[in-house]
Amino acid sequence: MTAIYKKELKSYLTSMVGYLFMAFTLALFGLYFTAINLQQGYPEIGYALQNSAFILLIAVPVLTMRVLSEEQKNKTDQLLLTAPVKISDIILGKYLALLTIYVIPVLIMCLYPLLLGTHGTVSYAVSYTSILGYFLLGAAYISVGVFVSSITESQVIAAVVGFVILFLCYVESGIANFFPEGAGSSFFAFFIIIALVCLWIGSMIKNPIITGVIAVIGEGALTAVYFTKSTFLEGKIQDLLGIFNMAGHMDNFVNGILDIGGVVYYLSVIAICTFLAMQSLQKKRWN
Amino acid sequence: MIEVKNLVKRYGDHVAVNNLSFTVEEGQIYGFLGPNGAGKSTTMNIITGYLASTEGEVLINGHNILEEPEEAKKCIGYLPELPPVYTDMTVLEYLKFVAELKKIPKDQRKKQILEVMNLVKITDMQNRLIKNLSKGYRQRVGLAQAVLGYPPIIILDEPTVGLDPKQIIEIRDLIKSLGKKHTVILSSHILSEVSAVCDYVMIIAKGQLVASDTPENLSKLMLGSNTVTCTVHGTRKQLVPALNALDAKEIQYENTPNEEQIKVKITTEKDKDIREELFYALAKANCPILELTSSSMSLEDVFLELTDDSGKAARKLKKAEKEQLKQKEREKECEPEADKTAVGEVSEEKSTDAAESAAETKQEEGDAQ
Repeated sequence: MTAIYKKELKSYLTSMVGYLFMAFTLALFGLYFTAINLQQGYPEIGYALQNSAFILLIAVPVLTMRVLSEEQKNKTDQLLLTAPVKISDIILGKYLALLTIYVIPVLIMCLYPLLLGTHGTVSYAVSYTSILGYFLLGAAYISVGVFVSSITESQVIAAVVGFVILFLCYVESGIANFFPEGAGSSFFAFFIIIALVCLWIGSMIKNPIITGVIAVIGEGALTAVYFTKSTFLEGKIQDLLGIFNMAGHMDNFVNGILDIGGVVYYLSVIAICTFLAMQSLQKKRWN
Repeated sequence: MIEVKNLVKRYGDHVAVNNLSFTVEEGQIYGFLGPNGAGKSTTMNIITGYLASTEGEVLINGHNILEEPEEAKKCIGYLPELPPVYTDMTVLEYLKFVAELKKIPKDQRKKQILEVMNLVKITDMQNRLIKNLSKGYRQRVGLAQAVLGYPPIIILDEPTVGLDPKQIIEIRDLIKSLGKKHTVILSSHILSEVSAVCDYVMIIAKGQLVASDTPENLSKLMLGSNTVTCTVHGTRKQLVPALNALDAKEIQYENTPNEEQIKVKITTEKDKDIREELFYALAKANCPILELTSSSMSLEDVFLELTDDSGKAARKLKKAEKEQLKQKEREKECEPEADKTAVGEVSEEKSTDAAESAAETKQEEGDAQ
């Protein structure tokens, strides 16, 4: 793992993309910091962080697009996959290298509260909690980027798909509002989701009978719940979409709450995405 | 060393490797020979653990490549078709990375990297970026990468592609020298390369193993007989009685532009060398031999025949092999002191082949009709 970590870190630090990433995140943060904290004299940097976090939607996919797709395109993955290292070590080495690149601007951001502190009273605890939130958000975004990069050979596709996924997650609360709160819309949405899942299962196992049984059980249970206890379904589709609201989980951190639920949420996103990246590399061998 | 059992690889409906089984013994150079798309690279990718097989298993020194991948991969150095180099690294950086990746102990890394660079002659290039190197040098860097850590098995996929003739000879010599300490498997569609370098040849066509033996045996087996061609100074009257006394299967006479010379083609049983007898017979008849060549089938002919119409030729080869086995057995029966275990092996093989051979002869009859 250390070999891959070192190599990856070096390649980011000897090419433009790592520095561009750091420069953009710091520049945008600096802009909001100037506007909110310096001009308006607001003592917490949380809002500057939260407002500037949207740059990560673009910067992270650009940073992560090449991490695995380039290896696949240049066939250098043959070296990694035939060397005596585990696939998990490959992914973790690469993920940690990306994280290190991301930690550099975050560490620089840690100096800003100290700067504000020289001009008045600043709650350092609140400031550093919000920086922790910002760090976790970016770490989760990077894991999504790594996963997207693992599924395609094309860096452009990796960047675009990564951006679209992160953007959809970013505007999740807006999308969730399209659905009425009532049980009817949840029923309808879940009905379609179960149908799609069954189609997917059908394409995987190629057995119409089992797929049909799963579909009948799933849709039947949903219909039963809808007709017997429809209040249960109210707002459920909003709850489901809420899972993808990564940026929203940063709110508590910005408000100075060390939200354990949020930490667990971000760590879960990282674990799931790196696991999926490992599986996607693994799956390539079985094609 | 390497055991491949009933390997099958399917891509959708396309079968790339079809029920391939073979074993690789220690300390020899093996050649994978086959036309484009025969499944050579796929097989190598499966052996090295880059691809997973649809069916069958691969054992490397007793380690299953899917169940104990790290142990198995430790034994293998692999140079894929495209050398897996990072173009934005220098040669030295790249080899350092590979050394670390292969978990070579820290105190040996520097020494090994230097040795390997000397071996493939890239020491002068060590500080150049790989993207600025020519194809030949990249190939050498790839080779250095495969040799690094001195794994017991080195697998090379078309190692001489893109090299100039001088480099090809150098690389061949290098492979030969590697073969002294390591087991080497190389794939190629260049026949002269395989016959020049390899101790053992496996011919693959359409994902199936159609033949595997030493290059010499393969050409002998395919021929089934020995042919001697000679040009003799003399007349037909002188020659015919002298040659008829020989133990030959077939004698063909051919006139040459020069009236006093005659070209004779003599075919004999495959394990009979008639050349000496021929010399004395013609000497007695007072007919000097001007030219004498013994022709056995070249590997090229074997290859073309096997891969062209793989079914028929493979059956022919199997038949020839079986005949040889039977003959060996007969010989052993004559010598009761012969190694008993060896006899056991042979008879075992024969019994498993018995049913097969019956089926084959039937099939062949079908083909003939």
